[in-house]
Amino acid sequence: MAYKGRHINPQRFERGQIKILLILLPLTLFMALPIVFIINHAFKPMDELFAFPPTFFVRNPTLENFTKLIKFSRSAGIPLTRYLFNSLVVTILTVGLSLFLTTCAAFAFSKIKFRGRALMLQINQIAIMFVATAVLIPRYLVISKLGLIDTVLGHVLPLVAMPVALFLVKQFVDQVPDSLIEAAHLDGASDMKVYWHIVLPVIKPAIATAMVLVFQQVWTNMETSNYFTNDESMKTLTFYMNTLVSTSNGVAGQGVSAAASLIMFVPNLILFIICQNAVMNTMASSGIK
Amino acid sequence: MAEIAGRQRRKRHREQNRVSGYLFTAPYALVFLVFILVPVLLAVALSFTNFNAIQFPRLVGFLNYITLLTSDEVFMQHVLPNTVVYAVVVGIGGYILSFLLAWLLCNLTRGVRTVLALIIYSPSLTAGVAMTVLWKVIFSGDQTGLLNSWLLSLNVIDEPIEWLVNTNYLLPIVIIIGLWSSMGIGFLAMIAGIANSDESLYEAGAIDGISNRFQEMIYITIPQMKPQMLFAAVMAVVNAFQNGAVSAMLTGNPSPGYAAQLIVNHIEDYGFLRYEMGYAATVSVALLLIVQIFSRAANRLLTEKD
Repeated sequence: MAYKGRHINPQRFERGQIKILLILLPLTLFMALPIVFIINHAFKPMDELFAFPPTFFVRNPTLENFTKLIKFSRSAGIPLTRYLFNSLVVTILTVGLSLFLTTCAAFAFSKIKFRGRALMLQINQIAIMFVATAVLIPRYLVISKLGLIDTVLGHVLPLVAMPVALFLVKQFVDQVPDSLIEAAHLDGASDMKVYWHIVLPVIKPAIATAMVLVFQQVWTNMETSNYFTNDESMKTLTFYMNTLVSTSNGVAGQGVSAAASLIMFVPNLILFIICQNAVMNTMASSGIK
Repeated sequence: MAEIAGRQRRKRHREQNRVSGYLFTAPYALVFLVFILVPVLLAVALSFTNFNAIQFPRLVGFLNYITLLTSDEVFMQHVLPNTVVYAVVVGIGGYILSFLLAWLLCNLTRGVRTVLALIIYSPSLTAGVAMTVLWKVIFSGDQTGLLNSWLLSLNVIDEPIEWLVNTNYLLPIVIIIGLWSSMGIGFLAMIAGIANSDESLYEAGAIDGISNRFQEMIYITIPQMKPQMLFAAVMAVVNAFQNGAVSAMLTGNPSPGYAAQLIVNHIEDYGFLRYEMGYAATVSVALLLIVQIFSRAANRLLTEKD
């Protein structure tokens, strides 16, 4: 049989795909197992957590672990709602601010000519490889010098500039035709108007992608609570969940920890599922040229 | 006349553009400067000092670098080899794996592809420490550990293995977890790159004598998605060097016998446990340099194939 070619993006199911599925399904199963397990673990009642031999799937699901998690926080002095409130404020502020600054900069880098643009872009490109944990100490020094210890801004500002997000959004803005922008300028539109009314609406997929990335960063971030915050009441939900995970070593604590892990994981997953179309769309133009 | 007026208008427009370019980039640039560039420069400066976080840093020249290269036995015997092994398996291995998975996925119909891609991607959302409890349960050292219990019931082993204590298993476990969670944004870029490749080229290739999927992958798919391959490579390099939290959470910092000590853990060890921040900064600078060198290398390797 002659080779027909063009197997990428098949429209229908063909027999040739069975081979591929046979390779992929076991791998996918391996990838999914830990997550399936943590979901099951979080809903296990005490006797199943203690069961021997250990069980994988939950038999009598219960919310016990989740209610315990709330009780723990009550006895610790600071209510869970306080941590949740901090996390929400920090996340919303960081994502909002980051998206605004990133899209503004991406617009300028892509569509406005000014001296130093190439250099700035190059610095940003190098900074994609920036490893934040490597400069934790100098970051701490900067933040304490600015008086941001124990403030909301101490959580927000270090995470606002995300070079990879700027890079992706800029690549996407590159695809907006120059003629569209020139036409608007001829009609007397200012740069601000062009940014707001022309660029922003067409780069929605890139904005969604940047949102997913920044959200992932800030929602699971522990550094800002661990190192830039001393005041317990200013720490975030991630920090609290993590102390639960690391302090409860016994089997009894396992269920609560699993519940905590799940609570931190699910928002990430949901946001990605909502935005996944936009993300894939952005990734198509993500290349480094 | 009209021409001159037009040129003047264009010139004015260009100048006006220039100012607004700075206005639009200034907020991002400011935050970038204060929280990324200044810390990096500070780290470089601190790396030439002796700094204990209480007294003012004291200049010591290249002493820290000399120590790092000549007398830090833990670094040379454990941290560096561990980091290299981890980076090779999780960085390079993960990169190749993510390409193969992406390519396989693109041979499926859209609906199936989306679901499978989501499942493969989702472990990267757990990056960091959120899932530590999971690994603690699976790799628990007694019979109640999930892996031990499975292996015992399958008669693969006779008695439970102390996964998280035995120094032979620590690094492999950390590596497996690293691989498991490495199908992140680079993987997505690969899928998008393959899925959006020009379909007419595949037909042309078939006519020109391409006879199987493998040839198709090498000669048609890869050349078309070079930009995505590069992007994914950079992401893989960063991912390979910035992980360390999992090792610290599972086995403590330092891990038993430094068996799973990665360079990031070494920085934390010196910076936050011993308060030798000058030396920690030196290790940080070394890390940033290594990451730079590796992504440059990846860049060269991938662009040369043209």
